[in-house]
Amino acid sequence: MHWQTLDTWIVVAGALSAVSCALLGNFLVLRRASMMGDAISHAVLPGLALAFLITDSRDSIAMFVGAGVVGVLTAVMTQWVHRVGRVDPSASMGVVFTGLFALGLILIVRGADHVDLDPGCVLYGAIELTPLDTVFLGGWDVPRAVVILAVVFVINALFVAVFFKELRISSFDPQLSTTVGINATVMHHALMVLVAITAVASFESVGSILVIAMLIVPAASAQLLTDRLGSMVLVSAAIAVASAVLGHAGAMTVPGWFGFEDTSTAGMIAVAAGVMFAVTWVAAPRQGLVGKLLHRVMVRLRVLQEDILGVLYRLEEYRGGEGAGLSIAKLGEVLALRPAFASVAIRGLVKRGEVTRTGHGYGLTRGGREAAARLVRAHRLWESYLVKFLNLPPDHVHGPAERLEHVTDAAMHEALADRTDRPEHDPQGRAIPPSP
Amino acid sequence: MNKPSAATTTNASAAPVHPRASLAEPAPWPGAPKVATGAEHPEDAPLSIHDMTVAYDRKPVLWDIDYNAPQGKLIGIIGPNGAGKSTLIKAVLGLVPMASGKVSIFGKPYSKQRRLVGYVPQRESVDWDFPVSALDVVAMGLYRRIGWCLPVTRRHRNAAREALDRVGMADYADRQISRLSGGQQQRVFLARALVQDALVYFMDEPFAGVDAATEQAIIALLQELRRGGKTVLVVHHDLQTVETYFDELLLLNMRIVAAGETGEVFTQENLHKTYGGRLTLLDQAAEAMARKGVRR
Ligand SMILES: Nc1ncnc2c1ncn2[C@@H]1O[C@H](COP(=O)(O)OP(=O)(O)O)[C@@H](O)[C@H]1O
Ligand SMILES: [Mg+2]
Repeated sequence: MHWQTLDTWIVVAGALSAVSCALLGNFLVLRRASMMGDAISHAVLPGLALAFLITDSRDSIAMFVGAGVVGVLTAVMTQWVHRVGRVDPSASMGVVFTGLFALGLILIVRGADHVDLDPGCVLYGAIELTPLDTVFLGGWDVPRAVVILAVVFVINALFVAVFFKELRISSFDPQLSTTVGINATVMHHALMVLVAITAVASFESVGSILVIAMLIVPAASAQLLTDRLGSMVLVSAAIAVASAVLGHAGAMTVPGWFGFEDTSTAGMIAVAAGVMFAVTWVAAPRQGLVGKLLHRVMVRLRVLQEDILGVLYRLEEYRGGEGAGLSIAKLGEVLALRPAFASVAIRGLVKRGEVTRTGHGYGLTRGGREAAARLVRAHRLWESYLVKFLNLPPDHVHGPAERLEHVTDAAMHEALADRTDRPEHDPQGRAIPPSP
Repeated sequence: MNKPSAATTTNASAAPVHPRASLAEPAPWPGAPKVATGAEHPEDAPLSIHDMTVAYDRKPVLWDIDYNAPQGKLIGIIGPNGAGKSTLIKAVLGLVPMASGKVSIFGKPYSKQRRLVGYVPQRESVDWDFPVSALDVVAMGLYRRIGWCLPVTRRHRNAAREALDRVGMADYADRQISRLSGGQQQRVFLARALVQDALVYFMDEPFAGVDAATEQAIIALLQELRRGGKTVLVVHHDLQTVETYFDELLLLNMRIVAAGETGEVFTQENLHKTYGGRLTLLDQAAEAMARKGVRR
């Protein structure tokens, strides 16, 4: 990989665009309006074309005004089609943005003589060309696209920072927001105007496909990683920057591994963001796939350990004395488990000091006996409860009680005992251990 | 509950006058409305609705609503599903447009009286997976007072924490709201209304899906608000508890069936009118209007 000034500018342009999109994207994702970003970034096309046709130039100001107008128009028209046409919001969005996009294409093709705009370029952008068109700024040759994107980034960052509280309330609870004087519809439209402007600023460099990806993917990843709005916004921005850097580095190196030339940086930025999303989705601590699986496994393990305590307790009860023990193989047999599982569970119990080695295998410690008594008490109280209140026959209550005993906390213990009049024996006549 | 009642049918413009409403509260700021006068002048009532009709698209869901709420009462709004209870509140708060009519809060339009009004929307109306803590949500009740673009400061957070404490949720202040139970979420909403420090409250089904302990906590809080001279309008579903909870009732089914003191209007006859099938004709007409595009 041979990094040049050129590459730095490409990354800067990509990062500015990605962060600008990601900042706004948080609120689209949270409002469940991700589609709106898609809609607007397509729908701005006729705005651009009209701006070209009217002003007969690539004047940036006219372009941004055109984009802003179309942004609001898309939001308003979508709402209108939804209400008047009585179709659901996403369908009405589809109607509006495909309609406007088609109109834009027609305008561009019809006015081809006047409009210096290539539809292909709008979709994919030409980030590799951005360093070629420069302006002289403070002693530097700065790419024009970087200047425009920097301005848009500053606008978006200020918008999110200054109106943070207003964005939070209007996204979370539009109704309350409107009643306290922060009109949620106005906030929504302001957001849409900025999405449109950001889309236009990004078209030439990174293209509309990347805009759509960056509006959604970093915010969606950040949502999995955080549970406060402020941190979500910051994390999404970090992911956007990382996508730009990794994307460009990837575009320079990855194709080489397979014997190809460089590939499109814009495409690779989207891929990088996608990969990061996939990783987060799998590995996010609480909401990720692995996190959830791990949680499930831990719960299973704990239930298993409690079952082992229960078996050992009942064994002592049966033999009429402490110190009874079972081998791992025997436990596995009783609980219908593979010995490997049983030994993992036992190891955990030994570590917690609830079970210890005895002559013939493993037996309860004092602490373990107390824990086991609580479980068995819960089990037998539940049996009494089910017989009393659900009129289940006594031989049908073991199964449900077996599951309920694992979720019974101290308060439920008390309530159960109260409702069943503190019985001393369960429906099968076995003694219920006294409450500690 | 079977008392015959002549004085209380459709039209509530003969608004109940409340001699007992004489809770003298110090005015919360200079020029505040006289809160101690009750509803002798409907225009000064905490809530006054005149000839309101509300339609979604062209289908009217509320017809000719006339209502004056008395000061300092717990007022239950009851009626079957789809009766327009939520719509009534939203129309009053300017969340859905009125086809016709006039609403005033202490004699002035709502847009001028926002600081006097607290709102608790239906719990399902928001996304509880939203990345905010219980404290963040409660602080939202202060946003109007904080003002545009200014940040939530420690002082505001303390006020929010205090409100959470009042609803027994102080220990959950920093918890993300998806990790609260339904009852706890409802308490958070209530705490948010408390920090709004309003004179009139609108609560949309605060008892829906909460546990018995939360229901008791909420009702205790409502009574505390009433002691402070506040007027609280509550959409409620459980007819069993209506008589114990509310001083006043508004029976609603597309129009006002009856309004007034609970003892007088909570009758078999009115309930039958509210919940019975007597409005199907009006409903059909509304459907037909919507279908044919007739404007009311
Ligand atoms: N946004 C809406 N658009 C169209 N119709 C609506 C809308 N919201 C409510 N409705 C209709 O208005 C009627 C009253 O609704 P609502 O006020 O929610 O009733 P309630 O709160 O009494 O259950 C219902 O028939 C409902 O279907
Ligand atoms: Mg409702």
